[in-house]
Amino acid sequence: MITELGHFALILAFMVAIVQTVVPLIGAHKRWPAWMAVAEPAANAQFLLTAFSFGALMWAFVVSDFSLQLVTLNSHSAKPMIYKISGTWGNHEGSMLLWVLIVALFGAMAAWFGGNLPPTLRARVLAVQAAIGVAFFAFIIFTSNPFVRLVVPPFDGQDLNPLLQDPGLAFHPPFLYLGYVGLSMAFSFAVAALIEGRVDAAWGRWVRPWTLAAWVFLTIGIALGSWWAYYELGWGGFWFWDPVENASFMPWLLAIALLHSAIVVEKRESLKSWTILLAILAFGFSLIGTFIVRSGLLTSVHAFANDPERGVFILMIMGFFMGGALILFVLRSGAMEARGVFGVVSRESGLVANNLLLAVSCFVVFVGTMWPLVAEMFFDRQLSVGPPFFNMAFSPFMLVLGLLLPIGSALPWKRAKIVKAVKPLRYVFMLAVAIGGLAYAMQTGRSMLGPIGLFLAAWIVMGSVVDLVQRAGRGQDRWARMLRLPRADWGKMVAHAGVGITMLGVCGLMAWQQEDIRVAQFGEPYEVGGYTITLDQVNRSEGPNYLSTMGYITLAQDGREIAQLRPEKRIYPVAQMPTTEAAIDYDLLRDVYVVIGDEQANGGWAVRTYIKPLTNWIWIGSGLMALGGLLSLSDRRFRVAAGARKPVATPVPAE
Amino acid sequence: MIRVLLIVLMLLPTSLWAVQPDEILADPVLEERARDISKGLRCPVCQNESIDESHANIARDLRLLVRDRLVEGDSDTEVVDFVVARYGEFVLLKPTFGGSNWLLWAAGPFMLLIALLIGFFYLRSRDTQRAPHEEALSTEEAARLREILRE
Repeated sequence: MITELGHFALILAFMVAIVQTVVPLIGAHKRWPAWMAVAEPAANAQFLLTAFSFGALMWAFVVSDFSLQLVTLNSHSAKPMIYKISGTWGNHEGSMLLWVLIVALFGAMAAWFGGNLPPTLRARVLAVQAAIGVAFFAFIIFTSNPFVRLVVPPFDGQDLNPLLQDPGLAFHPPFLYLGYVGLSMAFSFAVAALIEGRVDAAWGRWVRPWTLAAWVFLTIGIALGSWWAYYELGWGGFWFWDPVENASFMPWLLAIALLHSAIVVEKRESLKSWTILLAILAFGFSLIGTFIVRSGLLTSVHAFANDPERGVFILMIMGFFMGGALILFVLRSGAMEARGVFGVVSRESGLVANNLLLAVSCFVVFVGTMWPLVAEMFFDRQLSVGPPFFNMAFSPFMLVLGLLLPIGSALPWKRAKIVKAVKPLRYVFMLAVAIGGLAYAMQTGRSMLGPIGLFLAAWIVMGSVVDLVQRAGRGQDRWARMLRLPRADWGKMVAHAGVGITMLGVCGLMAWQQEDIRVAQFGEPYEVGGYTITLDQVNRSEGPNYLSTMGYITLAQDGREIAQLRPEKRIYPVAQMPTTEAAIDYDLLRDVYVVIGDEQANGGWAVRTYIKPLTNWIWIGSGLMALGGLLSLSDRRFRVAAGARKPVATPVPAE
Repeated sequence: MIRVLLIVLMLLPTSLWAVQPDEILADPVLEERARDISKGLRCPVCQNESIDESHANIARDLRLLVRDRLVEGDSDTEVVDFVVARYGEFVLLKPTFGGSNWLLWAAGPFMLLIALLIGFFYLRSRDTQRAPHEEALSTEEAARLREILRE
């Protein structure tokens, strides 16, 4: 019964979304307040109905209602409760429902917090957002309905892919979707502004918190996925340049570019058409990502619905929204003249450089991701583009970006004297070079990546701190003044420092990792990179829905025990899949990462050990980026702009 | 009965990870080279994994093949060519520069060049242009703009 109601609610939400698309658009065009006012209650209704529908599906998973085909295919009565819940979005249909729920959520939030927007802009934003919803409601209802029943329900389900039965994966998709779909808000604002025909500083201020929020979610989602890959896949890789990873990485890069260019729109009324284009493209790449995951066109470890029909449908959605928005852009962008005048050496130029590097690096990732497809279609070559390509073609951009970051953010607006601006940074630069040089001297004959990473990290982190200190000015109470600086300044410092710290982790891990593979005998200690490892015993046991083989390993250093490690391998009989559960001794300087393998015919067990230096800084850095974003988001002027203040009449006309 | 079955299942060798101890060559230099080569070769049946990471049977066969060739004295390029000759360029994780692939490698630098040019001309136009619209704002509009832009 509940599932029927959920199905019904989904169809109702589809209807409401259609109304929300059509009526406010006409209302805004004709300036009929009553028609425009439809948008707000419709957005609320659409959200509530979709939320109910999603809740109904979740309920079916929780009570293991195997009369639903989806539950049968992706659940099992013996599965722990948390994975029954997360199993709701651990499959194609459920995850699409989550996708559209988040579209509706963002639409509703625009209605709740959009009191400050001019009425026509608000009506149009909500209408465009609803149009995205309509497309995906149609996609779900016509090609991927999660509420399909089975005529004869089986006694039990086929279980969820065991790799997905993990807390990391329970939270990875929702955050990723909040990010992906959050960019739809920037898209809706961009298209609404194009229909309105004006973009001004106020528009820049409205669109920025939405982009910021989406970017924060995307950062957390990507970091969670990477962390999950690190501890679950059994060899401690954190990034594979897999098409689907790239699909989340490209919108992330463009969202950063958009955040920064929207600052120029807000503060200086320049880069308007570029910002609009970025907003369109950022969401476009989200759609491309959805397409890549769902069409099975590119082989990937993530692909979970290889259905050409669905692929074509998403391609049509993509074609409609991207084509429509870009045509609108070509027609209207001429009207958006830049106003700000600034020198070649200025904060504006720094932000342009940031945008340029991010956009081109995103382009590189895009070309690398799509190239196998292009080569097969046009050149009849079956080839692969793997990590070596991306490491070579993409990393230089990040290197330059890291080098320029502290300089660019130290430059004042309008016109700057480069010597004066970088003067406070000179000691920091020398210190960073010294740190990098020291690392180079201490490691002999290893890759240059480590020293470069240390240098960049030191340069960016210290540069960001110096920038904040400079902002507080001189004098006695500078520290008190520093604390009183706007939160956006703190956010900027924290997020930028996070970039440096992530670079440190990535470079450190890639440059200095040590590995050991061997057959370990019980009670016979061996040395790996200064650590003594002893396999004490191996136990077999039974988990709730899996069978476990667990190694008992003692990790010691200088004769002193540091940790007991329990690497495990599991077999999920229902899904007939093995998984590895690596045992990791976490530490800020290094992780000791142990995996247990097979029992050997002539005694002993295969054991793999890695010493992974500085790894945790990858995720600490990502966390700092997200925290910086949240700090900026909580800045007073966004709270004010978000509608805490009484509505201001109308914004400044652009012309 | 089920329990017995499960225990049997558990005792089956389930190769969970790539390089097994028995594959490793005694000569550490050769082994190092074998690892480097393996990291650049894609497992033919897997989705975007190198044979060094993959636990598919064919990946193991390829790893052994790479090591056999190395032991027999092949150079790194000879080993890679040997594998590519049998499995096609699909197995190369780092695409070659040859043929149409120059497009792939040149796309980034080329786009950067275009972007730099556009960026340069844009910045110069911003630098030299007077602000024509600065006067176009009426005082009332300017006041409202200030209000919106205020903290």
